[in-house]
Amino acid sequence: MNHWIILPILMPALVAPLIALTARHDIVLARIFSVGATVLLLGLALMLTGVASAGEAQVYLLGNWVAPFGIVLVLDRLSALMLTLTAVLGLAVLLYAINGWDKRGPHFHSLFQFQLMGINGAFLTGDLFNLFVFFEVLLIASYGLMVHGGGAARIKAGVQYVIVNLLGSTLFLVAVGLIYSVTGTLNMADLAQRVALVASADQGLLHAGALLLLLVFGIKAALVPMQFWLPGTYALAPAPVAALFAIMTKVGAYSIIRVFTLIFGGEGVAALATPWLLPAALVTLVLGMLGVLAARALGQLVSFAVIASMGTLLAAVALFTPASVSAALYYLVHSTLVAGALFLIVDLVGERRPGHGDSLTVAPVFAHGGVIAALFFLGAIAMAGMPPLSGFIGKLLILDGVRGHAAANWIWGAILGTSLLGLLGFARAGSTLFWKSVSVDGAFAAPEGPAPMLPFVTAGLLLAASVLITIFAGVLSGYLDDTAAQLFDTQRYIDAVLGQARVGVR
Amino acid sequence: MEFLVASSVGIMTAAGVYLLLRGRTFPVVLGLALLSYAINAFLFAMGRLTIHQPPLVSAAASGYTDPLPQALVLTAIVISFGMTAVIVVMALRAFLESGDDDVDLLGERRTRPGQAQ
Repeated sequence: MNHWIILPILMPALVAPLIALTARHDIVLARIFSVGATVLLLGLALMLTGVASAGEAQVYLLGNWVAPFGIVLVLDRLSALMLTLTAVLGLAVLLYAINGWDKRGPHFHSLFQFQLMGINGAFLTGDLFNLFVFFEVLLIASYGLMVHGGGAARIKAGVQYVIVNLLGSTLFLVAVGLIYSVTGTLNMADLAQRVALVASADQGLLHAGALLLLLVFGIKAALVPMQFWLPGTYALAPAPVAALFAIMTKVGAYSIIRVFTLIFGGEGVAALATPWLLPAALVTLVLGMLGVLAARALGQLVSFAVIASMGTLLAAVALFTPASVSAALYYLVHSTLVAGALFLIVDLVGERRPGHGDSLTVAPVFAHGGVIAALFFLGAIAMAGMPPLSGFIGKLLILDGVRGHAAANWIWGAILGTSLLGLLGFARAGSTLFWKSVSVDGAFAAPEGPAPMLPFVTAGLLLAASVLITIFAGVLSGYLDDTAAQLFDTQRYIDAVLGQARVGVR
Repeated sequence: MEFLVASSVGIMTAAGVYLLLRGRTFPVVLGLALLSYAINAFLFAMGRLTIHQPPLVSAAASGYTDPLPQALVLTAIVISFGMTAVIVVMALRAFLESGDDDVDLLGERRTRPGQAQ
């Protein structure tokens, strides 16, 4: 048993109270702890990716109880990938936040670490109820982060966010209850075996449970018709938090992939999830891109771009073939990094235009407009899916991955058509913010003192990561092909989990 | 007993959903509380309704009641209690900051708070 597997959960869980207890009045100390822990987390995630890429799913028995009686953590290629992505995004967001955002309210760093703990836990757990618990951990931290810095509008949006997610948690419990009542287990590997054995009289309950799970993960992933909470939340959340939330929608996508390949996989999934997921994802894509076109503020525009990217991603996931899931995972990595960068750019623009904020109005020239415009240009190209950046490769892989499926025409049409809408939306926003400002007299006063480099560097780093996954697309998609193959080889996962022996027992 | 438990879960869920759809935060909070009561009763019943049986396999007893849903319900109760506290505090804060307790966002306000100054 590899004890490193629990550290991505344990370390933030220990660092967060440490910061809250010892460094609550010393922001410098809190920053050192927080950044240090996140750097360690990134190293750990990379190490675990190395372990996972060896091929076998690694199992960690919590409390040395054998599965399915105890809770297990499972590290496979997909969890390792998600851990690394979380750590990369988390580190960039944190470096952006320590430039001043973290001082606008108490306990930013503790909440941030708890958030990372919840996200890592959700990616590692191999137990359905434990997944619920980690969802709650990451949500309760996100409630705190969402209203960080305060302000009436933000707290109102926060209340909405909490209400929607509490309802989601309630539905999650119903789904878990239904599934447990007919299978008698909540261990995912055990469930994968038991769902096939459910009596035909109980199939209705099982399917209701499965579809409720899809609904719950759909709320997290902002799938139409549960997307309505996202624009308000993301556009009103503090910028670094909105950037971190870019991974939260992916937690929903991850859960859909995990549950519907492993538990309800095989033949059943085509009948169960695809007929709901595929149309919903395509509508999400179209609606998101229409939102990009109609947005009146940059934050809103990026939020709708996130919705559209979830649509693209889930449309590919919905086919549940190794090729489409592999392509979807590439798009997932790309859209997380780029959405994170764009939310940071929204903040860079907003704070330099007093009175206008990030709204798409023609306002005078603002400080550092050139650098920010360049960053926005790169981010917009990547998000809209234009060559040469990762969005283009991501969409290309998806178009290739869905080829041959009966619904391929719909997916091709939706992705290609909406790409044009997205391009128009981003081009309009960019020209309003950066080009038309020249036609207005005057200029916004530059912030006093030399401009801090860190915010530009971090936004740039996230975009550089997008460039990196473009250059090394072959390496990454090779890893993702293996990941998808591992996901669909459920028998090996089941054997690894249920065959894991206890430690220290003959 | 099945009818009693099932109908109480149903009635609490219906009342909870109704309250959840109201426009002000106080009924919404109550609705969420009712929903979580309904779900706790539901979760409890998912291990089947058994009475006069120990939650452990024992040679002396003729059967046993499933202990796992009881443990799950305990977790769910703790979490929903904590969440109710959070939403109450946030709803109060929203009321104090904005002067009304509507669930809707503030008008069509487009600028971010803290950046308008």
